[in-house]
Amino acid sequence: MPTPAFVADTIQKNSAGLVSDWLAELKALAGGADHRISEGELKDQGTEFIDLLAAAASTGSDITAEPWRPVREFLERTSRSRALQGFSSSETATFVFSLKRPLFERIRQGTKDPASVAESTWAVTEMLDKLGLHTVAFFQKSREEVIARQQEDLLELSTPVVKLWDGVVALPMIGTLDSARTQVVMESLLQRIVETGSEIAIIDITGVPTVDTLVAQHLLKTVTAIRLMGADCIISGIRPQIAQTIVHLGIDLEGITTKATLADALALAFKRSGLTVTRAKTA
Amino acid sequence: MDRIPILRMGDYLLVTIQVDMHDQLAMTLQDDLTTAVQRTGAKGVLIDISALEMVDSFIGRMVADISSMGKILGAETILVGMQPAVAITLVELGLSLPGVATALNVERGMVLLRRKIEADGTDVSDR
Repeated sequence: MPTPAFVADTIQKNSAGLVSDWLAELKALAGGADHRISEGELKDQGTEFIDLLAAAASTGSDITAEPWRPVREFLERTSRSRALQGFSSSETATFVFSLKRPLFERIRQGTKDPASVAESTWAVTEMLDKLGLHTVAFFQKSREEVIARQQEDLLELSTPVVKLWDGVVALPMIGTLDSARTQVVMESLLQRIVETGSEIAIIDITGVPTVDTLVAQHLLKTVTAIRLMGADCIISGIRPQIAQTIVHLGIDLEGITTKATLADALALAFKRSGLTVTRAKTA
Repeated sequence: MDRIPILRMGDYLLVTIQVDMHDQLAMTLQDDLTTAVQRTGAKGVLIDISALEMVDSFIGRMVADISSMGKILGAETILVGMQPAVAITLVELGLSLPGVATALNVERGMVLLRRKIEADGTDVSDR
């Protein structure tokens, strides 16, 4: 009997036993039951995979071929849901690789010919390795999608422009400043300046962990754009370490008003708008 | 030929750019404005670019040049109402317009212009 047909036959005949052995193997490897996925669910997935595998294995060992498509799609679906459930990549790969031991056993029981056993074992190893790699590759892709989506969410969340006073807007900046973020930040700040007709904008960089030459350049660009529109810009929240870094790097912040805290910047903004803050007299 | 009107209001000249600028229009404006400042002896020039939605490197430089020319001719020049997109483009092009005064809108620009001229020590009402 040719090898692919023999393998497919072995899987088909022993499907029930394979699934239960496989699940036992998975459980042993995971060190007990997993709360992220129920046993019933895992059993359904195992049964479905064995059925698909049996159907596909008889056609050949090239897993990129058309008959293997249901198997691939099943694995893609599974690895995506595993990625979303927070499984690690090795845990996801183990789902496929742990099928080896039960399957090898069934092959050994199925034939007495040593050459055939060796050949089939090799065929199964090759097949399962490819499937495992496909699963991991797709797992990675799903994780990257999740990360990209989170990055976008973060970008939108982290650029609120707040109105502090009539004619004074502030932008508390949090996180690392890169080119893409600076662009979004700059646009939303300039837009708010136009909408509110504010003459003073305060950029607070308390939440910016490091300031290097690139970040400083981004800040300078933003300040210049604000000035071009006819408003003034104050940068506040410069921590002692950042002040040291700026001077050590030789970054030229001439012509930019900088203050240590947001309170100082607001006080300056009041002064420039001709406002004074006084304590109300208690009668 | 298209021309951007230059309106005279007392001692000020008011230029409002209401159409998208093209190269020839910008060159004509440069000629017209410098001539007008010289002829009228205006003390201040207000250039309103709030309707200007797009700039390329040439128009950006022309806007910067026209603003600086007014100043050289002895008239305080204020650029008002620049759109955010235009401001970002100019900065990216490296045109930060040093020495050019800016304001958010025409009203604030006028206030700033009066204040600047008064600070110069020239009493406008004397003339």
